Amino acid sequence: MLADRDRIFTNLYGFQPWGITHAMQRGDWVDTRALMAMGQDAIIAAVKESGLRGRGGAGFPTGMKWSFMPKEPKPDRPSFLVVNADESEPGSCKDREIIRHEPHKLIEGALLAGYAMRARAAYIYIRGEYIREAEVLFAAVEEAYAKGFLGRNACGSGYEFDVFVHRGAGAYICGEETAMIESLEGKKGQPRLKPPFPAGAGLYGCPTTVNNVESIAVVPTILRRGADWFAGIGRPNNSGTKLFQISGHVNRPCVVEEAMSIPFRTLIEEHCGGIRGGWDNLLAVIPGGSSVPLVPAEQIIDCPMDFDALKELKSGLGTAAVIVMDKSTDIVKAIARLSYFYKHESCGQCTPCREGTGWMWRVMERLVTGDAEPHEIDLLLDVTTQVEGHTICALGDAAAWPIQGLIRHFRPEIERRIARRKGFVAMPEALPQAAE
Amino acid sequence: MSDFRDFRWTPENAREAERIIARYPKGREASAIMPLLWLAQNQMRDETGIAWLPLPVIEYVAAQIGMPKIRALEVATFYTMYNLKPIGRFHVQVCGTTPCWLRGSDEVFRACFDRGLKKGETTPDGLFTLSEVECLGACANAPVMQVNDDNYEDLSYETTLAVLDALAAGRTPKPGSQIGRTASCPEGGPTTLKELA
Repeated sequence: MLADRDRIFTNLYGFQPWGITHAMQRGDWVDTRALMAMGQDAIIAAVKESGLRGRGGAGFPTGMKWSFMPKEPKPDRPSFLVVNADESEPGSCKDREIIRHEPHKLIEGALLAGYAMRARAAYIYIRGEYIREAEVLFAAVEEAYAKGFLGRNACGSGYEFDVFVHRGAGAYICGEETAMIESLEGKKGQPRLKPPFPAGAGLYGCPTTVNNVESIAVVPTILRRGADWFAGIGRPNNSGTKLFQISGHVNRPCVVEEAMSIPFRTLIEEHCGGIRGGWDNLLAVIPGGSSVPLVPAEQIIDCPMDFDALKELKSGLGTAAVIVMDKSTDIVKAIARLSYFYKHESCGQCTPCREGTGWMWRVMERLVTGDAEPHEIDLLLDVTTQVEGHTICALGDAAAWPIQGLIRHFRPEIERRIARRKGFVAMPEALPQAAE
Repeated sequence: MSDFRDFRWTPENAREAERIIARYPKGREASAIMPLLWLAQNQMRDETGIAWLPLPVIEYVAAQIGMPKIRALEVATFYTMYNLKPIGRFHVQVCGTTPCWLRGSDEVFRACFDRGLKKGETTPDGLFTLSEVECLGACANAPVMQVNDDNYEDLSYETTLAVLDALAAGRTPKPGSQIGRTASCPEGGPTTLKELA
């Protein structure tokens, strides 16, 4: 278990005020100028050495991403940092806690990251539904300007850097980096084809890097405590601390900062009071937010919660949004509801996704009641592979993977429902109900 | 304001609109469309009691930043938080996505139904509009509903009724967890950083 002295987000739950006075007492904005004096390349090198991998889901090395930005931006093509605070992946609720309780870690991180990648300004794109959270963020940015930490001579460094907050208005797809850029430009949030990648041509056609809130908010602490400190937590290639968000059928759902690679069992026992009804009652877990395939109980109980271990289970760490389902769960319905989510959130640009998400959801709804033919399971699986990888962005993949995970691990349950509906087997007890 | 063609910013919102536009580079005023539409929708709520965007209001906002009407309408129709038809005084948005469903969002809906709310409809007294929404991003505090600008979290059938009844009686129930938790801290107290609590 992570020691308290190694936790970055010491005000995660907001027991103390978020304002700049208290934030500075917690160590934010303390001699930021000295960190900037390390030099831009040294900051990027330190973030690379820390092993920080992007916290938004894909796990791409953050320092390497920054190094793709031009070293000498042209005056008419300034570089931009876009901070992705469009937290909308079902299960994810960590960036919300950073924004409303630790906004200065994010803003200071935006300055340091923006400086390192030679950006002129950062836009923090916060999802529209985070109304109160955005109020805090706007106010925190004003506090930072008032102290001279942002603006023409940020922290007395001589570097000019601005931070702007931009609110979304209810579209999951805007969490995709190029859709976010489109949305920032005042358009519908429809993803762009890549290449060109944002580092070449992003916001307003200028070099842009899009980073998740947590990736940016941990940067000041990494620079202060050293890359070695961060790299020393968790397994190799999976380093650092991580905000885990545990929802569903645990006794005490919560958000908590833990060491990367903490075993699932330890995470749940230490912070969530165990599985509702005990460990024998665990059915399956979606370990990284709705886009990643579920993992059955016996495979996940002793699994380290990190990028590589969960990939080996054909799932993923994603945003570390851990959705726990006990044996009372109608697992087919749980996944069917996610299929509805993706149908609802498809931007409609690519045919396989626009048509496929609706088609997959309708079949899933029939599988919930067993109103299907057995061969339709393979047909559905086949369609998921035709959507996956055939769309501009990853929403098609995200819609396909939960269904693939369900069929991989719970095919007998789907077949049982079809058989029961056809009257091939004796009617067992009523369909299991969802919790509570 | 019968057909909303005389919609104009209040002096305060006119200044806010200028501040919003100033956040974006010169020549990139189109970027301001989303926050300006939101500002207009909130002004509609203040002036008429109903937060929505009639077409003339969208056109007024588009004109300010020199955006073709159709482009502004594209944006207004793409994003779900712009109400293109009138809603009730309280927009009750209940999350029905899997993490909330696992924790009992069906019970939250049942409470809404028992108070006469129907999905996608406004109650005859104009008080409540009920919408099922996708993940609100508060999954560790599921089930969740958002009413206008505030979240109500860790709901049950009974506490949902209590929130709705308080709103109907003209009171503002305390937002956040309805079981007394602090944010997303584990129920009963933190397991980490206890000395800071």
